[in-house]
Amino acid sequence: MSWSLVLLLAAGAFGAKAIGFFLLAGRDLPPAVERCLALIPAAVVAALVVKDTFSSGRDLVVDARVLGVGVAVVLVARRVPFVVVVVAAAAVTALARQAGWT
Amino acid sequence: MIAPRALWRDPDLRPVVVASLTLSLAVGAFGVSFGVGAVAAGASVAQTCVMSLLVFTGASQLSAVSVIAAGGSAASALGGALVLAARNGVYALTMGRRIEGSVARRLVAAQLTIDESTAMSVAQDDPRRQRLAFWITGAAVYVCWNLATLLGALLGGAIDPVTFGLDAAFPAAYVAMVWPQLRTSRGRLAAGLGAVVCLALVPVLPVGVPILCAALAVLVGVPADPGTTGRTDAVTGEVDG
Repeated sequence: MSWSLVLLLAAGAFGAKAIGFFLLAGRDLPPAVERCLALIPAAVVAALVVKDTFSSGRDLVVDARVLGVGVAVVLVARRVPFVVVVVAAAAVTALARQAGWT
Repeated sequence: MIAPRALWRDPDLRPVVVASLTLSLAVGAFGVSFGVGAVAAGASVAQTCVMSLLVFTGASQLSAVSVIAAGGSAASALGGALVLAARNGVYALTMGRRIEGSVARRLVAAQLTIDESTAMSVAQDDPRRQRLAFWITGAAVYVCWNLATLLGALLGGAIDPVTFGLDAAFPAAYVAMVWPQLRTSRGRLAAGLGAVVCLALVPVLPVGVPILCAALAVLVGVPADPGTTGRTDAVTGEVDG
């Protein structure tokens, strides 16, 4: 691996973060834009949930993660503390894999 | 800034500290894998550690290393990794409006703008806790990711996080973090649409692009609410007159 790859990746990754960070900071925006920005976390974090649950590269898969995340949904709905949710999801997924479900 | 002890004594912030440490440990497990994988793909220990220090977005780093390991070109490794990194720019649109201070401070904040810090921040109710959750989580993940990278690069073959179900720890954490966004009908709509768009596009677009497209679901915010006055904003909980 070359240093140029490492440094170009570093520049690109930081550039994306910095541009986003300063682009709209401190500006007054139209209410419709404000409403849209306020929805970014809902849209993107929900997308992260399904991506990390059902995808493997470019394939859609149903594997042991589904059980773990399913347990997480139930626990979150019952207002169980975050740590318990995450540990339970990992444990259920690991057990399902032990039991032979990939 | 606030001393760590004060964070721990603040009953509002203690759950945030515990949550970010939990998440950081899971991140650390993947940091070890990244360190192992990068060295196996031909990177030196120094290159591996510099990548984690400067790039600091795990999915991009793992993707670049896996392309190189599979014999791909540097250009294709870079392209794929940068597409994945672009989503941090979307998070930064939100975080840049919440984190204040000097340019230097905000540049540091920009570097810490990743999945975990953003999601943890937006799950908090008031602006102070949103900022603190961002800094606590960003710093904890940064430390863990880099220490774990060094450990993996030095030790070589270590634990496989997948055996311990740690790959499910992340979506589980995001479930907890997206939950508060689902209190309003518009938040539920944006979340549902984002999830559907992402899943529908995973098989047809390069890795990383579906998440960017999912962000377009925020366009459900364009029309003014029916019965506009005094509605509660989806995320901040502020009453919007």
